[in-house]
Amino acid sequence: MKQVPDTETKIRIKDDASGIVTDGIKWVMNPYDEYAVEEALRIKEKKAGSTVAIISMGPKRSVEAIRTGLAMGADTGILIDDPALEGADCYATAKALAKVLEPEKFDLLLCGKQAIDDDSAQVPQTVAELLGIPQAMVIEKLIISDDGKKATCYRRVEGGAKEVLEVELPAIIAAEKGLNEPRYASLPGIMKAKSKPLKEVNLAALGLKAEEVGAKGAKLKVKKYSLPADKAPGKIVPGEPEDAARALVKMLREEAKVV
Amino acid sequence: MANEVWIYTEHKDGKLKKSALELLSGARSLANDLGTQLVAVTLGCGLEAMVKELGCYGADKVIIAENEALKSYLAVAYAQTLAGLAKQHQPAILLGPASAQGKDLFPRVAAKLGTGMASDCIKIQLDGQKLLSPVRPMYAGKALVEANIPEARPQMATVRPNVLAVAPKQEGKQVAIEKVAVDAPKDLKTILKEIVKGAKETVDLTEANVIISGGRAMKAADNFKILWELAEAFGSGTTVGASRAAVDSGFAPADMQVGQTGKVVNPTLYIACGISGAIQHLAGMRTSKFIVAINKDADAPIFQKADYGIVGDLFKVVPVLTEEVKKLKAQD
Ligand SMILES: Cc1cc2nc3c(=O)[nH]c(=O)nc-3n(C[C@H](O)[C@H](O)[C@H](O)COP(=O)(O)OP(=O)(O)OC[C@H]3O[C@@H](n4cnc5c(N)ncnc54)[C@H](O)[C@@H]3O)c2cc1C
Ligand SMILES: Nc1ncnc2c1ncn2[C@@H]1O[C@H](COP(=O)(O)O)[C@@H](O)[C@H]1O
Repeated sequence: MKQVPDTETKIRIKDDASGIVTDGIKWVMNPYDEYAVEEALRIKEKKAGSTVAIISMGPKRSVEAIRTGLAMGADTGILIDDPALEGADCYATAKALAKVLEPEKFDLLLCGKQAIDDDSAQVPQTVAELLGIPQAMVIEKLIISDDGKKATCYRRVEGGAKEVLEVELPAIIAAEKGLNEPRYASLPGIMKAKSKPLKEVNLAALGLKAEEVGAKGAKLKVKKYSLPADKAPGKIVPGEPEDAARALVKMLREEAKVV
Repeated sequence: MANEVWIYTEHKDGKLKKSALELLSGARSLANDLGTQLVAVTLGCGLEAMVKELGCYGADKVIIAENEALKSYLAVAYAQTLAGLAKQHQPAILLGPASAQGKDLFPRVAAKLGTGMASDCIKIQLDGQKLLSPVRPMYAGKALVEANIPEARPQMATVRPNVLAVAPKQEGKQVAIEKVAVDAPKDLKTILKEIVKGAKETVDLTEANVIISGGRAMKAADNFKILWELAEAFGSGTTVGASRAAVDSGFAPADMQVGQTGKVVNPTLYIACGISGAIQHLAGMRTSKFIVAINKDADAPIFQKADYGIVGDLFKVVPVLTEEVKKLKAQD
């Protein structure tokens, strides 16, 4: 689970083009990760004795997003936080995450299909490969077999079609919108979350070297950030709706050449 | 020859995807600048007839990795095979489409090869050091980032469909085809049970050239009919999308949603009908080449992003558009 800027955030770029200005940003749980947390909780509710742990890599502020997950009903949280992790690309992020995620420790690893800050849609597949487990990405329906050994996943592909995949567990499954309707944390939930175990680990605790992760371990190096060019103001086609429509089609043919 | 530029060639139902032609067209100049070959790589079996055409779009060579087990796409199987080929041939650059398949496959291949990857790029270019230096949107297109992969190889990227123009076909151009029998992938732990077809066989939103989208103002699922009629008038490559408000109100299915939590689309023409232009909707369509907004409210934010706008009732405007487009098309 990753903490990201709220979708309404206005993005500003630092003067040296090295990143975005983070002052004043409202941080939230990545929307796709909400589906993942919700699905985990639903599975836990059906399967006696199972527990849900939330794992996140990020700066200290990410604790809040983990607490949100705990307030929704998750049992424990782990935050991987270390100054040396800054500037990670998806590969370096996956490497750090994979270190806490040894397959023998979990049956199912749920995540979002995409983090809405970097929009990479890469970390889950990379973790899956590093751990040598199967993946099912962009899943909008998930059924766990009664023996808990397999998952049937409905994966959304082009043209409204769906691939139905059966994966052996442990596997990594990435949530698409529509998988479920995430619950809100209740007030008692929020109270309870305060006393749930939330562990913070640094690189040394993970046995990772600074060269392997963060900016140093990144294979993809950012050169510069920029803002997209602003569009020139458009044309309002004047006239009554019917006349305007006729004029518009003419412009689309003659000026834009798209008809 | 090492240091080649490779294109991962996606196909479906025995036909090349348009992305393959886009990537070849866009990467031809990279191969020229690097003084190397442009190679199309494809996985599956019985693909020979299909790939012949790739020469006409700029490929110097085609590699087909053949095995019965690669008949249908599976992430683990395809990643093993593609990474295996890349290890053996050491291309400098490996590009693929940011399609459902490309997005699923490429990160896993990059992980296997221990290399970096830029996803969903909207520009591919070389920098001063002749490194691939693609540009990709972040924060739902609110920022752009240029990055490179200085050390690891191959330099990998997926490119958003519809961004690169397909070069004119060079009729009759031959291409060398190399068939490689590859080992059956193993330890898949995944089975593809079936592919459930979508309700309508139309072009996918992410690949469409023209998109007509309806918002909350459509008022009912039935009213989307007028958008489909306009789409039909435009002809092939056109489809219909929706805002989240339209989806949440049950006027349109979820897979038609355009936006931050829907699909990111990139058509030549996007017509927004009764859509206010919320930031999350813009996130999904702001890179469209031409945007048309039809809205009753002259102050709707969508007009800020539109190239052409009509302030008026969509139920009056859309049918006239359909009629006029039909007339023009009939004259062509
Ligand atoms: C986390 C998050 C993610 C989101 N993701 C998405 C997303 O992926 N996609 C998305 O679209 N939204 C998304 N939203 C929702 C978004 O904020 C807006 O609520 C939504 O886009 C509004 O849809 P709309 O423009 O159809 O409706 P409205 O904002 O209600 O606009 C309707 C418009 O129709 C006009 N109108 C009414 N009648 C007529 C008529 N007869 N003719 C012409 N015009 C008329 C009105 O003037 C108005 O401008 C998301 C929101 C959040 C918080
Ligand atoms: N730093 C992180 N910590 C925990 N999970 C992450 C992190 N980055 C990405 N993920 C997970 O991977 C998904 C896809 O992210 P991305 O590949 O960055 O688009 C997210 O929805 C998260 O579930």
